[in-house]
Amino acid sequence: MSAAKKTESAVGQEGGGLYDWFRKRFPWDQMMEEHVTGYYAPKNFNWYYVFGSLALFALIIQIVTGIWLTMSYKPSAEEAFSSVEYIMRDVEWGWLLRYMHSTGASMFFIVVYVHMFRALLYGSYQKPRELIWIFGMLIYLAMSAEAFFGYLLPWGQMSYWGAQVIVSLFGAIPVIGDPLVEWIRGDYFISDVTLNRFFALHVIAIPLVLLGLVVAHILALHEVGSNNPDGVEIKKYKGPDGKPLDGVPFHPFHTAKDVPAWVVFSMVFAAIVFFAPEMGGFFLEHANFEPADPLKTPDHIAPVWYFTPFYAVLRAVPDKLGGVLAMGAAMFVLFLLPWLDRSPVRSIRYKGPLFKIALTLFVISFVMLGWLGLQPATTTYTILARVFTVIYFAFFLLMPIYSKIDKTKTPPDRITYHG
Amino acid sequence: MARRYPMLLLAALLLAAPGFAAAAAPAVPLQSANADVGNQASLQRGARLYMNYCLGCHSLQYVRYNTLAEGLGLTDEQVAESLRFTGDRPHDQIKIAMPRADAAGWFGLAPPDLSLTARSRGTDWIYTFLQSFYADPASRTTGANNKVLEGTAMPHVLWELQGVQEAVYRQEIGADGVSRPVFDRLELVTPGQLTPVEYDQAARDITAFLSWAGEPMQLERQRLGIKVLLFLLILLIFSYLFYKELWKEVK
Repeated sequence: MSAAKKTESAVGQEGGGLYDWFRKRFPWDQMMEEHVTGYYAPKNFNWYYVFGSLALFALIIQIVTGIWLTMSYKPSAEEAFSSVEYIMRDVEWGWLLRYMHSTGASMFFIVVYVHMFRALLYGSYQKPRELIWIFGMLIYLAMSAEAFFGYLLPWGQMSYWGAQVIVSLFGAIPVIGDPLVEWIRGDYFISDVTLNRFFALHVIAIPLVLLGLVVAHILALHEVGSNNPDGVEIKKYKGPDGKPLDGVPFHPFHTAKDVPAWVVFSMVFAAIVFFAPEMGGFFLEHANFEPADPLKTPDHIAPVWYFTPFYAVLRAVPDKLGGVLAMGAAMFVLFLLPWLDRSPVRSIRYKGPLFKIALTLFVISFVMLGWLGLQPATTTYTILARVFTVIYFAFFLLMPIYSKIDKTKTPPDRITYHG
Repeated sequence: MARRYPMLLLAALLLAAPGFAAAAAPAVPLQSANADVGNQASLQRGARLYMNYCLGCHSLQYVRYNTLAEGLGLTDEQVAESLRFTGDRPHDQIKIAMPRADAAGWFGLAPPDLSLTARSRGTDWIYTFLQSFYADPASRTTGANNKVLEGTAMPHVLWELQGVQEAVYRQEIGADGVSRPVFDRLELVTPGQLTPVEYDQAARDITAFLSWAGEPMQLERQRLGIKVLLFLLILLIFSYLFYKELWKEVK
């Protein structure tokens, strides 16, 4: 190799012939530089900011365990339930794979809910990060679809009747409702046909969409740069080298911070997998240990906890179509967030009391709706669900007003450190 | 019917969900099973009782005989001698000879497989169920009923061991001023081969065995969990120190 060529290559990367050969044909260095070692993220990230990479970790766990589960699972109404028990009992380490996958689903949602809450706290959805938020919401929708399709696969009583209830919701749509439901199921009831197509959607279609969206989410993030707890733009002040003064390279700095977070997450994860895999019926519902029986309705049908806030909204409306529309609106309104927030500042640190009160009420109503969605719909609970549904929507629909008239503080020019 | 069912179901959920829940609740509070899956002697006694009294009707199809041997600390020969009454081989699943269709004809419904009952119903439910059979002349098929699962098609197969219990009612005046009988307790009227204390232990042994059968790997799972958590704790210490070291100069 000539001396001129050598100086051309980046420091520490001259090395062997094969790597050089590869590098000239694939922009590996450039990619790493752009997205990992040369991506500057704010120094003042707090621990809320590890939940993005934790979500990626959870996604990897789901994909890897999912691949191995697929090797032993049989997607047929006749064999599905037995094949899951076969995995639990006869497949080497099958129980671990299965518990990791079932725990992973719930943990993925916990992580994503915290990640979204972080965005609410620090205004990470505001201009110019609207698209990051939109892609993120699409990820959340895809995740929900993925979880829903996956939940049918063990073919237990809750799998079956949960799917029956949710799919039948589409029947509320006027005119095309009934044919649509039939088209989704591929049969007159949830059957082997439904199970097969849900399997296809769960193991290939939705994961592909999910991965594509994750790439789009990260590319959009790296285009505009990360927000931070102060909501200030770190690109405003750059050193002589053109790098933001308030940023550090994602690797090794933020990766080093993410590793202990991944380990803590793994410890919580392991504590559940090894000591409470059912999580008291929240992660694995008791009724799902009974095989699906189309002739026997379970005593109490409730979706898994991560869907219950929306389920409570559905039940809060006395009319079926109205309920379905309200549930859809509860999800859709989140997409509009970047345009509903008229506050001149991003971070809650500099927002006024109105936003703080609104966000607190919103979190309370979301948690309460989640709890109510698990309970039987008694009169008291229905009234409560209605109250919290109104608060839920008020948080969004009144936001253009209260975020505008709120007394905000002036954010600093540069980042600050707390604790 | 099948097509309209979801609609009906949804309507029921919206309007009458509490009624649903009440219909399924047992008439007696569940007693704590206190079953110990880690006690192999208890599991062995439970397995013996299960094979003698339950396996006639209730399969344990997700459990294999060799898994049973391993979990109970027995050899395949010991299992063959005292627990395997059929011509099955060690790796066979614990199934029953009674065809499901015939069983459904005789009992009204086929007796369920019990591999996962401890997980779907809970151990307290199983224990209380075994404690709550009582003589009921109204039950024409078996002469027995159960306070946990009223109208059960299952005869009290353990009656020789427990003896015969009868339901005792007391008169209570309701809110409307009408006096009606209210279930008070179950009373042992004919003693069985076992004393009540011994029978409690027998029920507990069966419950422990079914809990094991519901998840044979549960003890291994917990043992492994300790090791994994210890490893992660060490990893946490080092990864956190590394993070602190690296970030020392940042700011």
